[in-house]
Amino acid sequence: MQGHEDTYKPNGAFGKWMDERLPIMRLLHGQVVDFPTPRNLNYLWTFGGILTFCLVAQIVTGIVLAMHYVPSADAAFDSVQHIKRDVNYGWLMQSLHAVGASMFFVAVYIHIFRGLYYGSYKAPREVLWILGVFIFLAMMATGFLGYTLPWGQMSFWGVTVITNLFSSVDEVIPGLGTLIVTWLWGGYSVGGATLNRFYSLHYLLPFVIFGLVALHIWALHVTGQNNPTGLEVKSKSDTVPMSPFAVTKDLFALAVFLILYAWFVFFAPDYLGHADNYIPANPLVTPAHIVPEWYFLPFYAILRAIPSKLGGVIAMFSAVAILAFVPWLDWSRTRSAKYRPMFKWFFWLFAFTCLALGYLGAMPAEGSYVTWSRIFTAYYFMFFILVLPIIGLIETPSPTPNSISEAVLGGDHGGGGHASSDAAVAEPEKR
Amino acid sequence: MLKTRTTMARSALAVVAALAFSTNSALAEGDHIVIKRNTWSFGAMFGQYDKNQLQRGFQVYRDVCSSCHGLNRIAFRNLAQPGGPEFPEAAVKALAKEYEVKQPPNDDGEVVLGPAKLSDYFPPLYENENAARATHNGALPPDLSLIAKARSVAYSGSWYAHPYSMVKDILSSYQEGGADYLVALLSGYSTPTAYVRDDKGHLKPAGDKTGDGVVQCISVVHGEHGKPDVCNKLAEGMNYNKSFVGHQIAMANPFDGHEPDSPRVIYQDGTKPTIENYAKDVAAFLSWASDPSLNGRKQTGWLVLVYLLITSVLLYVAKRRIWSGVKH
Repeated sequence: MQGHEDTYKPNGAFGKWMDERLPIMRLLHGQVVDFPTPRNLNYLWTFGGILTFCLVAQIVTGIVLAMHYVPSADAAFDSVQHIKRDVNYGWLMQSLHAVGASMFFVAVYIHIFRGLYYGSYKAPREVLWILGVFIFLAMMATGFLGYTLPWGQMSFWGVTVITNLFSSVDEVIPGLGTLIVTWLWGGYSVGGATLNRFYSLHYLLPFVIFGLVALHIWALHVTGQNNPTGLEVKSKSDTVPMSPFAVTKDLFALAVFLILYAWFVFFAPDYLGHADNYIPANPLVTPAHIVPEWYFLPFYAILRAIPSKLGGVIAMFSAVAILAFVPWLDWSRTRSAKYRPMFKWFFWLFAFTCLALGYLGAMPAEGSYVTWSRIFTAYYFMFFILVLPIIGLIETPSPTPNSISEAVLGGDHGGGGHASSDAAVAEPEKR
Repeated sequence: MLKTRTTMARSALAVVAALAFSTNSALAEGDHIVIKRNTWSFGAMFGQYDKNQLQRGFQVYRDVCSSCHGLNRIAFRNLAQPGGPEFPEAAVKALAKEYEVKQPPNDDGEVVLGPAKLSDYFPPLYENENAARATHNGALPPDLSLIAKARSVAYSGSWYAHPYSMVKDILSSYQEGGADYLVALLSGYSTPTAYVRDDKGHLKPAGDKTGDGVVQCISVVHGEHGKPDVCNKLAEGMNYNKSFVGHQIAMANPFDGHEPDSPRVIYQDGTKPTIENYAKDVAAFLSWASDPSLNGRKQTGWLVLVYLLITSVLLYVAKRRIWSGVKH
């Protein structure tokens, strides 16, 4: 979307002086005021802005918490209690940060499913999508590291279970897995050294995410946004300037999202956590059920669905990694599921599968729970490996409008008015 | 409208719950623990602690629980601060003096015990974990400062009703699982069920029968393939509690010996001295101990929600007006 109209007029003498030396205001004006956004975006497109807010909120509350938190096996648990009991508004900061992590994942999951539904990963947005997968991975790492910091029973045993997974590498190269685990722990068991390095990394990774988000937004502003029709923008009438149109819509959506956020922060701060994490870490007592945070549950279910330890680990990591290949796995030439009658069904089945896996991840790994975990794990991967390519080949998409304007306004307000909707399809890939 | 919806949701839940119950009845007897939900003054969205209840709860803690359980994260000053039991400061000062805590090293470098001040914390009851276990037959009485948050009620319905239950708990901001659990535990002491063995080897509840052949079991495991049922008996030194997982607990009934005419704790404010009230009051007190900022949190929460609601409406109106000329 480069080369759109530039309406920036520097304000006053200083503005003109600055514009000739470092045109940063011109750059920002171009990216957040003039930037053309498709006029037909629905509220699912507001989650990009919401996610940016979440990241900033996590960094700000996190920095404040870090001023009072003590990363040591002896003092970490007590320092979190100190924050909640004695630091002025510490209970608020702690709650905002802990609930904020959950809200971040709520938003990112909606964002990812929106991308999958409307084909936002297709050419020319592959790099944009892959950057998103990296952000998701970094978020998962940060969330996991952060959950260890209160050093309660679930923190301790969660780290123990997840870091121990790497010992399965021993099945391939004997000794290497143990070496990795020792290296992760900073010793021969989960302890103070582990907590210290996890704290260090938990402070580092959000800034890595910040950098990745900058690239993600940059890539977005090069290709422009996808939209519910999946049609490329063809003419000026297809778009409205970002400000005030998209901005007011984003702000309204953010305010509604904040109501949900505030609900948990003020009225149910412990709902998304686990009671066992209010018991200080004790290496000698294993909790009855070790469960990760809710946002990892689908992946935890996949891990436990595979009978072999190494296989489970590979499946769990593949479940995230496979997202990066989606742009090349989907062979459909139509972007949006709106015009893909067959794909729609498989998409909703996939969404249900993810919810089901989340539920199964929270249940004990026994009896029919395991059977169902296996069935849903199978579909999870089948969706990517079989459904995306095959449906793309055999499905007859329903007719698409000629342009976004035509889709919105009807009749022949179409941008170019071409009979064949060449922009309705993704750029044909040069296979 | 809203009311009909809740009623509908309730009846749907009831149907689902009934179905769940019918499937679960096949499980081993005694394994199904249902923790009753109580009404708490500090529950739901407008809930606040009832300072009289917290004061009574503190009395129960002090007269009963404190002989074995510490309260290490609570300072004496907390008992006087707003949003808690709000005892008068003079009373708390006098109370603190009754406790001996380690004083800062004196000029000779000796650490001696002296009366506690408002800023001191409740002194630990044991030197270390081993000392605690040694005095309690190997069992460790946990510190109670966070016990209400460290316990919860596990969902026990069927899988298909689980999502409804989750949404209901979120919307009603149910956070009192720990308190409900404590009430169930403290009033859950009784004697194990008596069983008699029939000629096929199955254990059947004995009812009023006594004498030979009657066995008391904390739980029964059904024998499969014609094998006789197994009766799990209460271990030596343990106590039967119907609300505790596994039904045997090292903690003795804290209200043992309580009689209506010689109550275990004598309330000053005319509240009936019953085990149920003791359990509820101390559970409320311990809920405060684990979450002393609840009152302020919920008050702030309403301001924040009202602010956000108004902001949302204004932003929506603004958005509507800005987009009014643009078809989208």
